[in-house]
Amino acid sequence: MDEFEPNIIGFLCNWCSYAGADLAGTSRIQYPTNIKIIRVMCSGRIEPVFILESLKKGADGVLISGCHFGECHYKSGNYKANRRIKLLKKYLKEMGVDPNRVRFEFVSASEGHRFADVVREFVEELKKIGPISLQITP
Amino acid sequence: MVKLSINGQEVEVKEGQTILEAANSIGIEIPTLCYHKALSPYGACRLCVVEINHNGNIMYHTSCQFPVMEGIEVQTNTERVLKGRKIMVELMLARCPESEKIQELAEQFGVKETRFKKKDEDCILCGLCARICQERMGVGTIDFINRGIERDIKPPFETHSEICRVCGACASVCPTGARTLELKELSLREPNPILSEFNEGLAKRHPIYIPFPQSVPKIPVIDREKCIHFLLDECETCSIFCEAEAIKYDQEDEIIELDIGAIVVASGFDSFDPTAETKYGYGEFPNVITGMEFERLVSASGPTEGHIEVNGKEPTNIVFIQCVGSRDKDGNEYCSRVCCMYTAKQAHMVRDKFPDSELTIYFTDVRAFGKGFEEFYNRVQGENIIYLRRELDDTIQVVQNGNGVVVKAEGHPDIEADLVVLATGLIPREDSKELAQTLNINLSADGFFLEAHPKLRPVDTFTDGIFLAGSCQSPKDIPDTVAQASSAASRVCNILSQKELEIEATIAYVDETLCRACGFCVDACPYQAIELVRIQYLGHTTDVARVNEALCKGCGTCAAACLNGAIRQLGYTDGQILTIIKAFGEN
Repeated sequence: MDEFEPNIIGFLCNWCSYAGADLAGTSRIQYPTNIKIIRVMCSGRIEPVFILESLKKGADGVLISGCHFGECHYKSGNYKANRRIKLLKKYLKEMGVDPNRVRFEFVSASEGHRFADVVREFVEELKKIGPISLQITP
Repeated sequence: MVKLSINGQEVEVKEGQTILEAANSIGIEIPTLCYHKALSPYGACRLCVVEINHNGNIMYHTSCQFPVMEGIEVQTNTERVLKGRKIMVELMLARCPESEKIQELAEQFGVKETRFKKKDEDCILCGLCARICQERMGVGTIDFINRGIERDIKPPFETHSEICRVCGACASVCPTGARTLELKELSLREPNPILSEFNEGLAKRHPIYIPFPQSVPKIPVIDREKCIHFLLDECETCSIFCEAEAIKYDQEDEIIELDIGAIVVASGFDSFDPTAETKYGYGEFPNVITGMEFERLVSASGPTEGHIEVNGKEPTNIVFIQCVGSRDKDGNEYCSRVCCMYTAKQAHMVRDKFPDSELTIYFTDVRAFGKGFEEFYNRVQGENIIYLRRELDDTIQVVQNGNGVVVKAEGHPDIEADLVVLATGLIPREDSKELAQTLNINLSADGFFLEAHPKLRPVDTFTDGIFLAGSCQSPKDIPDTVAQASSAASRVCNILSQKELEIEATIAYVDETLCRACGFCVDACPYQAIELVRIQYLGHTTDVARVNEALCKGCGTCAAACLNGAIRQLGYTDGQILTIIKAFGEN
């Protein structure tokens, strides 16, 4: 059997993490291709619904990455995202979904290496957790 | 106002002024040693004696003490006056035959030899030091003691004073330089000189000073942490000297709010401090200095007027060590770009001054990348300057050797040196992180400010209207800095020359039929761009949220906060994102 390759949806903020991912690309840094990136202007734009929907539609993990605290292009979006995701993780546990499937990270525009490391680590972790299964058993 | 004439010149001055002040005000100089504008006149040196004709009565009096009177005629250079001054100088020369200042004065007055019995003093008992200590510093550490030939200036009981602050004011006014030597006789406290930041601590500066010769505006500043006025409410000497009355001690720092369209960040760099890198022995041996210190030493307008001296003698063996604080895998990984060329320039300047000196440069790679740089490097190599290559990982150690040092570099014979110049690199300014947060711009991994794109937007930042110039973005030399600054200026013109400002396309939009005016979006918006307004809808009065499109920066935080899905961020609507999620989820 082929090794399980997790499917990750990543929400990256335009100013820090997306630029960081871009830098990883322009610096020719290798990282797993499991992640599919959705660019949003700010991590504050990310609604919990997006994360739940991602898991429901078949993503094995969701990565949300924004600016470091104090460096948000929009002053405070990353603080708001942090609060929302912390709350959501509690609910995920109640719902029977491993909260580790959702990861909130800070990657600045200069941290191409860090972005690659984050993706690599997350893929490793999801491989241990295994594929997501949201089928409701009768 | 009082009218009088000085050397036949009519002059009108305020009542209460002295003849000396009146003469100075019309540019007539009267020689004096014991007069100080900020201190009460004392008439000790008698050099300022002038001839005063008051209604036919001729008087000879010290002009520093004589207040102006209506109608007096003053002559400052008559034969008798000059003769009197000459005798005064002769007497002073007898008292202080070794004082350079008095010798100069004697030469000026044509006194070749004194006829009086010589003494071995350096103090002319003018009392300036006692007056400034009492009147301006408010201390009174020293004063005259004894009488007649026993007269002297000393602290009480001729012992170390407890109240002396070792401020050095007495030394600063002493006309013969005598007080400088005796400062340690006044107090047991160690004087704490104020070192000039611009001169890298190689020279002293005053508490009121012009930061550096080329500063714009060229206006003095007061160091409030050192100024006696701000510390102890004394002195105020500088304000007495300022004829424009420009010194106002009650001035406070003010915060001026400006409406601006663009910002150019050109905050520069700090120099790497090699103290922590103990292998170079910087701070331990006086023979080891940084490139910046050497730059001040060799500068014709520097503290030594370009004279290079270490431990009181001219160095003959000079070693330059490159890449200090740069290209270090455990520290600053980047190349500072300027050190190779400034070291070559410095070596060239030393060769110019000391043609017979031994000059050695330890380098790793010489990066002579700019226009004309390689040619200059070749020229320097041809001046009998030895370039020795060492790997960055190779050990290097500077150890003491008598009055000099020995540079022990791996793979090379030890070199004895009496001066080691460290080519210290450029580092981000200490406050760059704070500034980045204030301006909402980013730092790159090396701590310098991050440009929006390394190739396509090299002077922009991620924040609209903020641009970078110079070494705050990355180490660079002067031509590169000027080029980048010109580019930043033209980018600013781009914004300022437009009649209309382009705003973000991804702004938020409220579907008023769905909005229930909960106000969550108002709280979420970091820019106060959303407010609740009262509208008429289908005959009902109702509240809805409304976005100010000029203020909205398009972050979408409000859209995420909206409970009803009434706010859409254009370009990032829920529908659009959910469609992407669906496509990605299906894998």
